[in-house]
Amino acid sequence: MSDLWSLVFGRLTLDALPVLEIIHATNGRELASGIVGTTAAGLAVLGALYLVYALTKYHLWGPLWRDWLTSVDHKKIGIMYVVLALVMLARALAEAFVMRTQQALGDGGGGLVSNEHFAQLFSTHGTIMIFFMAMPFLTGLINYVMPLQIGSRDVAFPTMNSVSLGFTAAGAVLLMISLVLQPFSTGGWTGYPPFTEAAFNPGPGPDYWIWAVTLSGIGTTLSGINFVVTIYKFRCDGMKLMDMPLFCWTSLCTSILMIFALPPLTVATGLLALDRYLGFHMFTNDGGGNMMNFANLFWLFGHPEVYILILPAFGVYSEVFSTFSSKTLYGYTALVIATMCIAVLSFTVWVHHFFTMGQSANLNAIFGIATMLIGIPTGVKIYDWMLTMYRGRVRMAVPMVYAVAFLILFTIGGLSGILLANPSLDYVMHNTLFLVAHFHNMLIPGLLFGMLAGYTLWFPKAFGFILDPKWGYRAAYLWIAGFVFAFFPLYGLGILGMPRRMAEYFNGAWFPLTLVALLGAVMIIAAFACLCIQLYVSIKNREALAVPMGDPWDSRTLEWAVPAPAPEWNFPATPEVEGRDAFATLKEGGYDLRAPDDGYHDIEMPRNSALGPVLMVGSTAMAFGLVWYMWWLAALGAMVCFAATVACGFRRNTHRIVKAEDVKAEWEAFCALADTTPRIPRSLEQTTQNMGHASPASEEITS
Amino acid sequence: MSTTRHPGLNLGPHHGEADDTAEVEVFGFWVFMMSDAIIFGLLMATYVVMSGNLNGGPGPRELFELRPVFIETMLLLFSSLTFGFAQIGMKYHPHPARMIIWLLVSVALALIFVGMEVNDFITMAGKGGIPQASGFLSSFYALVPLHGIHVTAACIWALAILGQIAVYGLDDEVKTGMLRLGILWHFLDIVWIGIFSIVYIGGLA
Repeated sequence: MSDLWSLVFGRLTLDALPVLEIIHATNGRELASGIVGTTAAGLAVLGALYLVYALTKYHLWGPLWRDWLTSVDHKKIGIMYVVLALVMLARALAEAFVMRTQQALGDGGGGLVSNEHFAQLFSTHGTIMIFFMAMPFLTGLINYVMPLQIGSRDVAFPTMNSVSLGFTAAGAVLLMISLVLQPFSTGGWTGYPPFTEAAFNPGPGPDYWIWAVTLSGIGTTLSGINFVVTIYKFRCDGMKLMDMPLFCWTSLCTSILMIFALPPLTVATGLLALDRYLGFHMFTNDGGGNMMNFANLFWLFGHPEVYILILPAFGVYSEVFSTFSSKTLYGYTALVIATMCIAVLSFTVWVHHFFTMGQSANLNAIFGIATMLIGIPTGVKIYDWMLTMYRGRVRMAVPMVYAVAFLILFTIGGLSGILLANPSLDYVMHNTLFLVAHFHNMLIPGLLFGMLAGYTLWFPKAFGFILDPKWGYRAAYLWIAGFVFAFFPLYGLGILGMPRRMAEYFNGAWFPLTLVALLGAVMIIAAFACLCIQLYVSIKNREALAVPMGDPWDSRTLEWAVPAPAPEWNFPATPEVEGRDAFATLKEGGYDLRAPDDGYHDIEMPRNSALGPVLMVGSTAMAFGLVWYMWWLAALGAMVCFAATVACGFRRNTHRIVKAEDVKAEWEAFCALADTTPRIPRSLEQTTQNMGHASPASEEITS
Repeated sequence: MSTTRHPGLNLGPHHGEADDTAEVEVFGFWVFMMSDAIIFGLLMATYVVMSGNLNGGPGPRELFELRPVFIETMLLLFSSLTFGFAQIGMKYHPHPARMIIWLLVSVALALIFVGMEVNDFITMAGKGGIPQASGFLSSFYALVPLHGIHVTAACIWALAILGQIAVYGLDDEVKTGMLRLGILWHFLDIVWIGIFSIVYIGGLA
């Protein structure tokens, strides 16, 4: 019986269910821990069951498959990425809340979750926030916006785009499965060996981490290739590189980093897998292994990774400052050069992640100086954004609230980074909550606020109506205040010597500040709730909030030249542009909303492809099989992936034609709508009077 | 779309539109190769760092034999030459027979390479040179077989292209597929030169 079981289920047994933690609990804290874990798993299962139920009840399986999962439209793939990011954000925020609660209660060994459970929480929180919240969010925004901004119909490789999404989603699915069939890794998001080696962690935890991260890394590499080729090869006529919107520049730099920085991660996790599965000695304590190779490989990825995360947000902020100040971006060339500098410097600083791990003082000094250098181009950017606002027609719309908060908070975070860049200070501060405060200070105001600003900015382009501003402001202010309350105390705790990743402690001096941080966490949860309410309210009022003319913010770049939601073919004819701020120029000259100069033509669009979803299922099965030693499942998943890829090469007739008359009808209806839609001044921008038709900017300035 | 073309990118006469697609696909594949080159580069660097960690086990002098490795190198280089003939056949001959023959020769040479390489590994294992023996051997087996797996995958791709020719003839997709496979094929040669120099010559020097 047990032989048969292990043949089918590998090392998976009922012990993997989190409810066992309740049954085996010997004290109150373990009981609470079991309840927390079981509730989380229960919510995940219920959520999945409800999704299946709803899809069945409303007969949505067909539309889901045809219109979304197999779609290779860059806009739909972008939306799916962002949905994935928001779902994973919900889970990782809940985990953050549990961790803050634990640390607030942890003085004297009390609390809510066991040490083991706490370690899983910080590992999944970090892994999710980086790989399955931040990366999908920015990849989704780039996917949706960048092809429109450069006047293209799609990305260079639409099917590969769907495959990227499939691999990323497969990793996310694996993480959700790990909530139900436990445990996940306790090695943090960095997964350092030798702790994650089989000698110390023989269970499935590190394997979950390895395969989730590896799959998402492959997806990201492919995304990077796709975006780079799109930007180099698919810009519309007249759009020179130095005429691109700044978001495209930051997308380009991020994509270049993806291509060069993700391979080190693949190598690091791949070698760790060889150690764990085949008994290699790459990073083991014995047998001639060397853990430092992992540290170097991981951070050779990990440092460029934080710029992969931050650069798209810089791009969003550039668009936001320019749009909501009704001005062209100040210092465009300086911003481009600064972006490129950051991208290049990002490969020269990785050692600062392990100053204390034994290299010479001289080497540390070199990397410390290199790290401080990054402050220079970043500082240039801050000034450029402030000067963009100077003497502009500034409106404090929701994205602008995030952007201004970012300017202030990000600068503070940057200063704490300069402190940590000094190796002698790092020796004191490393592995304390000071570091945790620092990187959250960079990533929440830097990355997350940027993503939320972009979400608010481009939502009307994707769905045809703006997001309710009232709940948007509530969310934004709660995010900002919540961030300040949750993370500024951690600077203090770090200076007081509180180590990171600690579930229980015996030092009363830390207690008050952990309580303040918990208050901040509560505010952040409320902020997320406001975002959910905002979405619900906006969908309910979508008629009133509709902006069919597609230009609700009087914007300056090409994506706003088309209706909202954007038609699947993007532009009736490939645009021809001149100079920066292409759409602003068109509007000034009265050249927007016109029929294409040389008439309408048939448009060739890529057909749907099932390769992405098939690879997603296949790779999830393979990874799950590898985690639990279900070798038949791993082999089956690998075979499915292999067969689907080979079969894809035999596809012909991969395009379909959108008829010229259909394009014409749709575009002429759009142009006709303009005649009956009132133009509104910027003062009415966030009201229901906004139909996406902006008054000319010249009127705005004189009135 | 840019009007400049990569040098050497030519599918033969009268392929205006396919040339345009090929331009994008070939460029995309070059970018992918850059990414793959980073993987091999990092594994080579790791190997160099780990090459002294013998853990009391056998070292390069006990394990490596230059003669089979030299023959393997020649096989791989000649398969690149014959792959070039296949591409010339594709460009100048409307009938695919010449291209198919040269492609099959290339695949055969590559498969002999893989076979000889596997034989090397078995010989090494017989002398105690297994990946579990030491950090040095772990990093060796992380690097060198990965190249072999790439070569095998390239052969499978070549067979898939032959399958496509059987179904569709020598159409545009087959031709752009051949261009990309060619890049991979020659790229793997370059990687092997690196392995030959760093691992084998470096180990025995």
